[in-house]
Amino acid sequence: MTPRRRALRPVERPRSEEEGAEVSEARVIPLRADDAGRWPSDDPPEADGVPAADAVPPAWEEALAESLAFLRRRLEGDYAVDEFGFDGDLTDNVILPALRPLYRNWFRVETIGMDHVPEVGGALVVANHSGTLPLDSLMTAVALHDDHPGRRHLRMLGADLMFRLPVVGALARKQGSTLACTPDAQRLMSSGELVGVWPEGFKGVGKPFRDRYKLQRFGRGGFVSAALRTGVPIIPCSIVGAEEIYPKIGDIKPLARLFGAPYFPVTPLFPLFGPLGLVPLPSKWYIEFGEPIRTDTIDPAEADDPMTVFNLTDQVRETIQHTLYRLLSQRRSAFLG
Amino acid sequence: MPPSVVLVTGVSRFLGGHLAARLAANPDIDRVLGVDTVPPPRDLLRRMGRAEFVRADIRNPLISKVISTASVDTVVHASLTANPGSSGGRVAMKEMNVIGTMQLLAACQKAPSVRRMVLKSTTAVYGSSPRDPALFTETMTPKDLPSGGYAKDAVEIEGYLRGFARRRPDVSVTTLRFSNFIGPRIDTVLTRYFALPAVPIVLGYDARVQLLHEEDGLAVLERAVCEEIPGVFNVAADGVLLLSQAIRRAGRVPIPVPSPAVGPVSRLFRGARLVDFSPEQMRLLNFGRVVDNGRLRRQFGFTPRWTTVQAFDDYVRGRALRPVVDPERFAAVERGVLAAARSLR
Repeated sequence: MTPRRRALRPVERPRSEEEGAEVSEARVIPLRADDAGRWPSDDPPEADGVPAADAVPPAWEEALAESLAFLRRRLEGDYAVDEFGFDGDLTDNVILPALRPLYRNWFRVETIGMDHVPEVGGALVVANHSGTLPLDSLMTAVALHDDHPGRRHLRMLGADLMFRLPVVGALARKQGSTLACTPDAQRLMSSGELVGVWPEGFKGVGKPFRDRYKLQRFGRGGFVSAALRTGVPIIPCSIVGAEEIYPKIGDIKPLARLFGAPYFPVTPLFPLFGPLGLVPLPSKWYIEFGEPIRTDTIDPAEADDPMTVFNLTDQVRETIQHTLYRLLSQRRSAFLG
Repeated sequence: MPPSVVLVTGVSRFLGGHLAARLAANPDIDRVLGVDTVPPPRDLLRRMGRAEFVRADIRNPLISKVISTASVDTVVHASLTANPGSSGGRVAMKEMNVIGTMQLLAACQKAPSVRRMVLKSTTAVYGSSPRDPALFTETMTPKDLPSGGYAKDAVEIEGYLRGFARRRPDVSVTTLRFSNFIGPRIDTVLTRYFALPAVPIVLGYDARVQLLHEEDGLAVLERAVCEEIPGVFNVAADGVLLLSQAIRRAGRVPIPVPSPAVGPVSRLFRGARLVDFSPEQMRLLNFGRVVDNGRLRRQFGFTPRWTTVQAFDDYVRGRALRPVVDPERFAAVERGVLAAARSLR
């Protein structure tokens, strides 16, 4: 099992206070020179945007300077966004840090087989989906960024429902997600990105608790043909622990129809305890990345052959299912691991 | 092979007028005719030099006479308009766009001299919805066909042009789908929108915005006139800006408006003659639209000189937009906070 690589707080360096002051100054000045002639807007950055104010100096001062620089970049619009809407600056500085406590302390995620994920170049991570709310995809993204030596960003393929929602849709794009469709998947993979897909979709994430760890149907295998066309390896990924976070014991169909959602879950805590029911149960998670399945040895023309695609889809599905059973048999308790 | 007689429609507006001016400056072209229902502004007319202005309505069969007497060999149809306000309401706009194009194409079909046809279309034909792929290529069709307005006009016009190309296979037809223009000189809905001190945005949505610098747009049109490159091409700059990012870069203050209130707010802006927003432009602000310009680079042989960000910054500088909050205040606050932090130790 891969050890956790980073401590939560920035590493304190043994340094005198004067040096620390110099460093924080030196961090800020070039930014100013850089931004001469550009307009900032909105409210000035206030001290409330400083998360690390209670740390020990000089680390906190460095963190303060960094946060201020970040805030300034945001307010001036001085950051890069790719064609898909992926905002690396926001992901690294806000979204991933916000998910990290959940990843480290709440679910205590352990990753296995991280060496199967290539450090550079395109690859397709295919994983099982569960948990009523798709937290498993977010945790996989944190795992591949924090526990992988390449600190890779997982570009997830999501359902159109997600992009229709306000706030969620905009955040999903900024975090690197895009619509699960062949053109987008191929474009990402051929440009060397690490792409994540959950082929079970809503059938997987919204399945009842009694069906836990039983893989649902894997769509039409669109992800396999996209991988075949671009020749990137498929990495089966098995996630254990996500099924227990919101055990879905019921489904209120009329309410689901009312909201236009695929299901309206009833869990032991939701909707009985209202917003409190939104707190996920602290299950212990394992994320295992399996041996990559190479697709560059297969002729890309085979991507149109339903038999090849079906066989490969089945192989990926079986691999994930067997890994799930193995991980489950090794697990003694859902919450203690 | 440069053409000898070029007819440009829509010369009273920026693209048509400046294109006519550029073509008039090209000594290889014998004659440049500019057509529009209203004469171009005085300074634009001066720029157009030897280009001749013909005050004619393309909805009128008279246009056929203009084409045949001047023996026009290249027609640039650049008069498609997206602003119902400036063209006298939605009905008049549709009439001008669709009926005008039908008449123009009918006139061209009868004129044996016509050899080349260039249409200024729009990427709005792809629509804008959450079910669309992140980037559109020329072969994709929209999931939801544009239900009205400018986009629907453009879809219909492209359809007529395909019909024309079938009936006149000897004419080389180039369809250029332009993304939204930006730049220091052009006046569009977007340039007015970003010039508002407080910019309304849809709450909870942050569209990806892809732009094209006005000069790149003119260069592409000029190239399409002077070289024979038939086909459909997306014309857009590289890279994107998020709407919120663009507003901040322009030094404006974004005002999030909840979706149900978007309609009334846009009517308010329209009524106050600030920004002429149509419903499909609001959808664009919801989900955005990005196109792949690969075919433009490879097949058309043109690489936009400005990226989206550069084009936008050029617009901000060129218009000398005053930031709502002084940039120095940021620096001052940042310095102040850091100084306070140091003194705390």
